Amino acid sequence: MSVAIQTIAELRGVTKIFGDVVAADSLDLAIGEGEFLSFLGPSGCGKTTALRMLAGFEKPTKGEVLLDGQVVNDLDAHRRPVNMVFQHYALFPHLSVSDNIAYGLRQQRPRIERKIISAKVEQALETVRLGGFGPRRIWEMSGGQQQRVALARAIVNEPKLLLLDEPMAALDRKLRKEMQIELQNLQRQLGITFVLVTHDQEEALSMSDRICVMEGGRIVQVGSPRELYDTPRSRYVAGFVGTSNFFDATVTDASPNHITVQMASGRQLHGTPEIPIDTGQAVCVSIRPEQIALTRAERAAEAALPVTIHNRIFLGEHTEYLARNEALGDFLVLVPRQAELNEGTFNAGEQAFVSWDEGALLILEK
Amino acid sequence: MTQRGRNALLLTPAGLWLLVMLVLPLLVVFVFSFGERGAAGGYVPAFTLEQYANLPARWTAFKNTLILAPLGTIAALLIAYPLAYFLAVRCAPRWRTSMLILVIVPFWTSILIRSYAWIFILGGRGLPALLETIGINDVRFINTPFAVLVGIVYGYLPLMVFPIFVSLDKLDKRLLEASADLGSTPWRTFRQVTLPLSTPGVATGCMLVFILLMGEFLIPAILGGGKVFFVGNALVDLFLQSRNWAYGSAVAMTLVIIMLITVSIYMKFISRLGGHRDDVSLM
Ligand SMILES: Nc1ncnc2c1ncn2[C@@H]1O[C@H](COP(=O)(O)OP(=O)(O)OP(=O)(O)O)[C@@H](O)[C@H]1O
Ligand SMILES: [Mg+2]
Repeated sequence: MSVAIQTIAELRGVTKIFGDVVAADSLDLAIGEGEFLSFLGPSGCGKTTALRMLAGFEKPTKGEVLLDGQVVNDLDAHRRPVNMVFQHYALFPHLSVSDNIAYGLRQQRPRIERKIISAKVEQALETVRLGGFGPRRIWEMSGGQQQRVALARAIVNEPKLLLLDEPMAALDRKLRKEMQIELQNLQRQLGITFVLVTHDQEEALSMSDRICVMEGGRIVQVGSPRELYDTPRSRYVAGFVGTSNFFDATVTDASPNHITVQMASGRQLHGTPEIPIDTGQAVCVSIRPEQIALTRAERAAEAALPVTIHNRIFLGEHTEYLARNEALGDFLVLVPRQAELNEGTFNAGEQAFVSWDEGALLILEK
Repeated sequence: MTQRGRNALLLTPAGLWLLVMLVLPLLVVFVFSFGERGAAGGYVPAFTLEQYANLPARWTAFKNTLILAPLGTIAALLIAYPLAYFLAVRCAPRWRTSMLILVIVPFWTSILIRSYAWIFILGGRGLPALLETIGINDVRFINTPFAVLVGIVYGYLPLMVFPIFVSLDKLDKRLLEASADLGSTPWRTFRQVTLPLSTPGVATGCMLVFILLMGEFLIPAILGGGKVFFVGNALVDLFLQSRNWAYGSAVAMTLVIIMLITVSIYMKFISRLGGHRDDVSLM
């Protein structure tokens, strides 16, 4: 994010406790105007709780929620310039599609003129490509259409912040892909700040400007999809954002920018740290499958490890190999089509070598 | 067996029951209402409209019924709705079951006995005596329309609470959050979401209570002390005391017709009001 972007919403040391469950634990996060931010994490990690505190449905036990620079802890949901797309849409079954969409506009005081309301509703219907569906009843709409109605009902109010709680969870894979693209286009077109909750890493990676990875009520890392992928801070983040090869190790030399770690087998490897590291610290090293080269001859005598090929899966533009090193264990290797054409295909049982650039070996918190 | 055959089988027990217990008696009443009273009471076959012409003689009973039944229904609704709302929306789930049981506890004793208890409460040594201690003298409750109203609201309240509770309990609470999220104040959320979505329960409760009140005779007899007569009391009198079966049948037929008309108007009104799918479902 560049400095010029204004903060529109902020969590400051926000904690939420339900009985003896700490659903959110000292969350600190600034959300920039116009950005697309995702909360990513497994079930029960507190994503919905964070979102509900922004919407005003839950009051923080500790800390402050700010909207537009104002502390809004005590501002009721119906007074916040924020709208939400609910996980199961929560559309009003007794109202038509148009009336559902008009609902928010009709609550505004001073009242908005009827003509203006119906024009805005028509426009919102067009935006979500449901033109002509206005008079329909909710139960006459398919799941995907209902999702669009829920979206239209929120965006028609032109909220400062649009909160989306797993809006695509109930859709099938194909429809979900389509909606992801539409949602992204919509966000650019409207310039509204989107905060999306998801436990689908692909969804978060493909749609967001920034991702906020959560675990057990805490924010573990915030960054752009690329940052999280290239420089995860912990094994948890690296595992949640993409796939990787992980090995336990101990730091033997902690010079700045050049770390030497010792594997359980005694083998020494070199890499770069993303976190402050001390000598003797137990860490986790990670190497992304696509950053490993699979070769027949031992290229770099020091770094290359001998492996036996165990499995091969052809994936089109890539081939995925499972290669086993006696001392370290299994490596997942992703070989691009071109490299495979140069080097030739490896068969199960064949001997080979794996190697990588020093920068590819990430040293992470365990 | 074909689908039709199976459907017929499903409907046979209830159909036979209705035929014997409802349709045939109604036919008998219909035929009797055109007959004459025998010398020693009972029924003498005839075809005359005399019984219907005599209806104005029982005008007071019709008037009382047609005022107190709707009034009782509305009063029961006004008391039952907040209670049902509390039970379904506000009450902590662990208290809910016990509270619901409390609502039906009165059914464990006969309405007859409970109405006698009301005689004491509303009678001279009950509430009026209490009012005297704070200086309000000469209040009479017992044997007034008010006493009958209190009695019927008390007796039929649970029948109103339950259907409303069920429809409010079914109401998706996330809709209330969605409404607040869209800027609606709690009161407007109640008016625009909660109330419309609970109309099926309100409709069911009102219809149930209203129909039963139209045929009520026990509570007016006990708490009205012979002064506040319902059509039900007139029927008891005509069939059991004066044994004027033909006239009684004419009164009964008239009541049935009035009910048919009011209920069908009511149903039309309700289905226009809500207009969504499970509208006049009986829960
Ligand atoms: N109203 C509540 N009362 C008690 N505990 C709650 C309440 N709401 C949430 N929790 C608890 O807080 C924790 C976080 O819940 P939350 O709904 O925020 O998770 P989530 O990340 O959205 O999960 P999911 O992906 O399954 O929706 C959970 O352990 C949950 O049981
Ligand atoms: Mg959730």
